[in-house]
Amino acid sequence: MQKESPIREPLILGDKSYHDITVDVAKPVLAKANKMWWIVFGISLVLFVWWILSVGYTIGTGIGVWGLNKTVGWAWDITNFVWWVGIGHAGTLISAVLLLFRQKWRLSINRSAEAMTIFAVVQAGTFPLLHMGRPWLAYWVFPIPNNFGSLWVNFNSPLLWDVFAISTYFSVSFVFWYVGLIPDFAMIRDKVNEKYWPLRKKIYSILSFGWSGRAKDWQRFEEVSLVLAGLATPLVFSVHSIVSFDFATSVIPGWHTTIFPPYFVAGAVFSGFAMVQTLLLVMRKVVGLEAYITIKHVEYMNIVIMLTGNLVGIAYLTELFMAWYSGVEFEQYAFLNRATGPYWWAYWIMMTCNVISPQLMWFKKLRTNIVFTFILALFVNIGMWFERFVIIVTSIHRDYLPSSWTMFSPTFVDIGIFVGSIGFFFVLFLLYSRTFPVIAQAELKTIVKSSSEQYKK
Amino acid sequence: MSKKVIYGIFDDEEVLLNSVKEVRSKDISIKEVYSPFPIHGLDHALGLKRTRLAIAAFIYGCIGCATAIWLTYYIMILDWPMNIGGKPSFAYYLSMPAFVPVIFEMTVLFSAHLMVITYLFKCKLFPGQKTSSPDPRTTDDKFLMEIESDDDKTISTLLKKTGATEINVKEIA
Repeated sequence: MQKESPIREPLILGDKSYHDITVDVAKPVLAKANKMWWIVFGISLVLFVWWILSVGYTIGTGIGVWGLNKTVGWAWDITNFVWWVGIGHAGTLISAVLLLFRQKWRLSINRSAEAMTIFAVVQAGTFPLLHMGRPWLAYWVFPIPNNFGSLWVNFNSPLLWDVFAISTYFSVSFVFWYVGLIPDFAMIRDKVNEKYWPLRKKIYSILSFGWSGRAKDWQRFEEVSLVLAGLATPLVFSVHSIVSFDFATSVIPGWHTTIFPPYFVAGAVFSGFAMVQTLLLVMRKVVGLEAYITIKHVEYMNIVIMLTGNLVGIAYLTELFMAWYSGVEFEQYAFLNRATGPYWWAYWIMMTCNVISPQLMWFKKLRTNIVFTFILALFVNIGMWFERFVIIVTSIHRDYLPSSWTMFSPTFVDIGIFVGSIGFFFVLFLLYSRTFPVIAQAELKTIVKSSSEQYKK
Repeated sequence: MSKKVIYGIFDDEEVLLNSVKEVRSKDISIKEVYSPFPIHGLDHALGLKRTRLAIAAFIYGCIGCATAIWLTYYIMILDWPMNIGGKPSFAYYLSMPAFVPVIFEMTVLFSAHLMVITYLFKCKLFPGQKTSSPDPRTTDDKFLMEIESDDDKTISTLLKKTGATEINVKEIA
């Protein structure tokens, strides 16, 4: 068996046997929801209804109901798109990159982080779809033979690269998630009492694909997980690089920079980990998983937040330096305008939330404090939304032609779709937390003997 | 004497692993081992061959890569070359750099999905499939060794001696 240095802090607290882990993971699925769950679910559902109404109005009337104008042709929709895609990145990073690095602490959080990835990418996908104006023609983005003459998609366009990147990312993340879920669904299937819950038994039997845990199955399972992690790792870096190409390949000052791919990827991981913290800090309390998602896990994630926050901070400063050093007056003005122009407040919210506030994580007292972490995670989420807003809107609202300079103000439909998408996301996540095994219990059991508290005594 | 199937149930994966080694050294063939989680070294102890899924994934990736190259070549060069923003579109090697993202994504797409389909196929996993595990506790905390033999007495004693906590014998008609 694998042994681990006794100095390392345990990742599973208390005297947890294999059976205890099974019971703890199956409990939220088999038990009734508590009041807290229903309250949060109710609020999310209201927001989700707002989303449906806003989306219905947008599709029925056209995207003229948004606050876009001739100068600012991309605003909240693309901001939200990039924000949600970025949030998704943490899930893949935890499940794939940390698997390759053999980080055991990923095992308590990877399932929920991957769920977050999938639900976030679902939200992200709705925005370009709606921005098309006629979403029923969305299939035009795929290279399919058609009856419009030899009209094909343009493979030179980063927007098309995005189509390929996001669809690959979504489907591969989903498959990765599901492969890991099969043994855990089987556990729930075997826990459900057929006498009292025949339908539930049937559903989990179907979901578990008849998993039985044969030695050869496990061997293949481990190989598939490893190879999928190897594939998902470059994939996750490519996805946000390609999202950044949407901007970087243009000639707009403030967008046309070569540091965008690493800068966007760091920002994505940064915002994604903040969202994982937001979700898990609540979930561990509500579902009672404090023994598995420990302060140590929170601290590790906070360190990632601090690291990526600093990378983002360096990118902000590099942008400013390059704008000055390039000698291009349009570039210089774009950045001066960001910091001191009419959207100065957005720029400084971004700077405060993303660069200054994560510095507090240098203090061990603060980064191991749950309440502080939760508040900081919210700050980071807000800051990263403003980062995308600053990059998109402030770069185009004052372009080359001063006579077209203008401002952007969102309409209630813009606000409805954005806030509603948060509701939609939480509806999905809350349903997930009641019906899915929220911890990869099968794989977690493999580290009980090396990393749990009882074996470290 | 009729053929019997013996289920040895274990509480701990290390005990099971030692028992597997013991049983195998006595030239008794183990039909199957069911466990709630992957056990390091079990495939080796059981004498299972290395899985070739990674090789399959590599081949699928190559197929995806070739498909993407063909797709971009056919659409952008062969079928309908267009002058888009002055970017060259008359020779593949000149335009290719712009297609790298799509080629990469298609490689990953093919490799991942076809590998998972192969995995599900090889493990016979699909919606509606019934579990083949003889004991539902094997997804919880029990480890089960399945042996088919005529002589259930000797095997039961051996399993007991090597740490099995429970022995169930079933006759096969």
